[in-house]
Amino acid sequence: MLEKLGLFPAAASTHAGRVDALYLFLIGVSAFFAILIATLIVVFAFKYRRRSDDEQPKLIEGSLALELTWSIVPFGIAMLIFLWGAQLFVSLKTPPKNALDVFVVGRQWMWKVQHLEGRREIDELHVPVGRPVKLTLTSEDVIHSFFVPAFRIKQDAVPGRYTEEWFEATAVGSYHLFCSQYCGTEHSRMIGRVVVMEPADYQAWLSGDGRPAAGANAALATNAAAVSVATAGEGLFKDLGCATCHKSKPGALGPSLAGVFGSQVQLQSGASVAADESYLRESILNPDAKIVAGYQPVMPTFQGQVSEEDLLQLITYIKTLRSS
Amino acid sequence: MSDTNYLNVDYGIRSWLLTVDHKRIALLYLGSITVMFFLGGVFALMIRLELLTPAADVVQADTYNKLFTMHGIIMVFFFLIPSIPATLGNFLVPMMIGARDLAFPRLNLASWYIFLVGALFTLWAVFTGGVDTGWTFYTPYSTVGANTKVIPAAVGIFINGFSSILTGLNFIVTIHRMRAPGLTWFRLPLFIWATYATSVIFILGTPVIAITLALVGVERAFHIGIFDPAIGGDPILFQHLFWFYSHPAVYIMILPSMGVVSELITCFARKSPFGYSFIAISSLAIAFLGFLVWGHHMFVSGQSAYASLIFSFLSFAVAIPSAVKVFNWTATLYRGSIAFQAPMLYALGFIGLFTIGGLTGLFLASLGLDVHVHDTYFVVAHFHYIMVGGALMGYLGGIHFWWPKITGRMYPETLSKIAALVVFLGFNLTFFPQFILGYLGMPRRYHVYPDEFQVLNVMSTAGASVLGLGYLLPMGYLLWSLRYGARAPANPWQATGLEWQTPSPPPTENFVVTPIVTGPAYCYAGEEAEVV
Ligand SMILES: [Cu+2]
Ligand SMILES: [Cu+2]
Repeated sequence: MLEKLGLFPAAASTHAGRVDALYLFLIGVSAFFAILIATLIVVFAFKYRRRSDDEQPKLIEGSLALELTWSIVPFGIAMLIFLWGAQLFVSLKTPPKNALDVFVVGRQWMWKVQHLEGRREIDELHVPVGRPVKLTLTSEDVIHSFFVPAFRIKQDAVPGRYTEEWFEATAVGSYHLFCSQYCGTEHSRMIGRVVVMEPADYQAWLSGDGRPAAGANAALATNAAAVSVATAGEGLFKDLGCATCHKSKPGALGPSLAGVFGSQVQLQSGASVAADESYLRESILNPDAKIVAGYQPVMPTFQGQVSEEDLLQLITYIKTLRSS
Repeated sequence: MSDTNYLNVDYGIRSWLLTVDHKRIALLYLGSITVMFFLGGVFALMIRLELLTPAADVVQADTYNKLFTMHGIIMVFFFLIPSIPATLGNFLVPMMIGARDLAFPRLNLASWYIFLVGALFTLWAVFTGGVDTGWTFYTPYSTVGANTKVIPAAVGIFINGFSSILTGLNFIVTIHRMRAPGLTWFRLPLFIWATYATSVIFILGTPVIAITLALVGVERAFHIGIFDPAIGGDPILFQHLFWFYSHPAVYIMILPSMGVVSELITCFARKSPFGYSFIAISSLAIAFLGFLVWGHHMFVSGQSAYASLIFSFLSFAVAIPSAVKVFNWTATLYRGSIAFQAPMLYALGFIGLFTIGGLTGLFLASLGLDVHVHDTYFVVAHFHYIMVGGALMGYLGGIHFWWPKITGRMYPETLSKIAALVVFLGFNLTFFPQFILGYLGMPRRYHVYPDEFQVLNVMSTAGASVLGLGYLLPMGYLLWSLRYGARAPANPWQATGLEWQTPSPPPTENFVVTPIVTGPAYCYAGEEAEVV
């Protein structure tokens, strides 16, 4: 509805309406204070305009009561806005447990998207309506930012680490996707679209036999082997020889990876670390950074041998390894 | 009284390039930053011209990226940061406190030469290929991505930093040690308080940006891993260091302007400022609190959510002293005797634009909303309201206010009022549509954009041409006044303040007899501060 005014972008996520509400409230507060100040200035300027050149107005030094009022009242309003904004932010930072996982890798100047079931796409993101979707973002080169105005969300994709953002689309349609962090020459052409589909259409699209994917990269997207991310990760795990050391036998050179994801890992240094995606990533690329208690720093680095997408596949596979 | 003043005491290029008179050095700065301002302005106009249509027509992507980078670098580091402190501050600090000169006159001249060397380095980078990192130099783009003149530009800013530090040091020592007899801290003009607070930021903040840019250079040149994750660095570390300086830098730009506005409002309303001590102390409060909020630029960078919550809270807190200043200026008008010469129009314009800039800062400080508008035109609009609507309006108001004192000439009154109005309208037409553009989702630093954003971009470009005209007008009539303007009396605005009690233009030694201060500043009602 607000969209019709031309002052708001489409609102197509559960989050969008809540951001708009805060925005409207802030416009109200701003209008109130801006009009108050402007009116006072105009009224004073007219009422107390200089009438003769030797006027000498009376001295007014100030008033503590007034100073306190206009410190405390704005502070109260500011705290209200702070709490409101914080509440929205906290919900943005806590993706629902049942969210659909999608991996996004940014590079100059394209977005590479990979769905768990294996389908890949470039500069497009297909998602089902009414289902929370969690994006795990990283970058191959410089910092990019995944911005979907219709969802009111944005998150930087930072090289060397994983960041997350989530949304639940509420309306079928096609929406702008922008890279909003300046990333070099073609920054303003690092754009694409998010396509929100009915769940059935999405399923059909995932398996690749639905309507053909639209856009310049359709061919690339459909040709990608529809092998699931975890399966691809398993293949890499074998090819790279990870299983030679990481096995659950006494005397193995590396710790067993069964059930490692989500656990607390005891380190040689005495500290312990929560095994999340970033920890697994670091351990593959920079194995000496955190040595697991009871093991030697013998693992070679895989820096340069695995791409960001390989890493995501490996990590997804490791996540499936449950402890027996 | 003889006719000798600081301008005609000596002639010739040597007498200017080797001067240690703070007033002449102020003019050297005025000339150099004006050149930088118009250069930055030309880049801005080219940006607006390109954005007139959604497609790339005037310039190609790389050129566009260099244009907004160089516009930012020049305007921030070589115009806004030195603007009021180095020109009006240099001229006025000794005059307002009844001193003969700054504490270290030779160091003052050295500051100008350092500024010049820094500026030349950066200009060299600009004209031999340019830089395309954005004025923010974000890593790892600036260290491994860009293949433009990053190091020369960074060296220019690095060198220029020393000029800021030395100027700040000079002001602090001068204000502490050289006040006229009887001029206690709470009798100081508010402009002095603001300049003092700004100097504190110069000294505490500038070394950090210098070191940060040096680290960028080191990583670029020697591939030592500091910010690039591929060689073991942390790209977010750069943002922490950069904004640790660059948020306070906003206060380097706005505090002196607030100081100027306090002088203008009191003079043209003939009133003592409402809540003098609050305005004075709040400048210092802003300077210190300003160092604690840098993380509000990083809500979507991936920094910890807890850090974001704390930075958001502190950003709301630092807004309060600024809000109270606005209320105080407004209340100062109450029961005043208000005249509307050009400086006052700029001051009132400042209050209006700074209010909008400040209020939209609340949008950005609030976490959930910032996620949407971060890195969009909303941010561009917001900081231009603060840095151009605020800082630049204050600067122009100040230049118009003290022009008769500096040059001894009056400028045409009607024309100056028209110019102030043109600047105000042009500014709003340029930047207000950008708030809407930002909320609609147009990212900043976009060279081409979807068609639906065009109408608002056309409005903005139209505004920019009006604004450009608004800036050319004062340039024209102020230069004209140097030759043809009426001779200015010592105190054309009937202002209080020691600088008005010496001839216009002042003699080299500022005061023939050292003034003795016996009362508070701004005695517009009844007894004047006596000068013996
Ligand atoms: Cu990008
Ligand atoms: Cu800031």
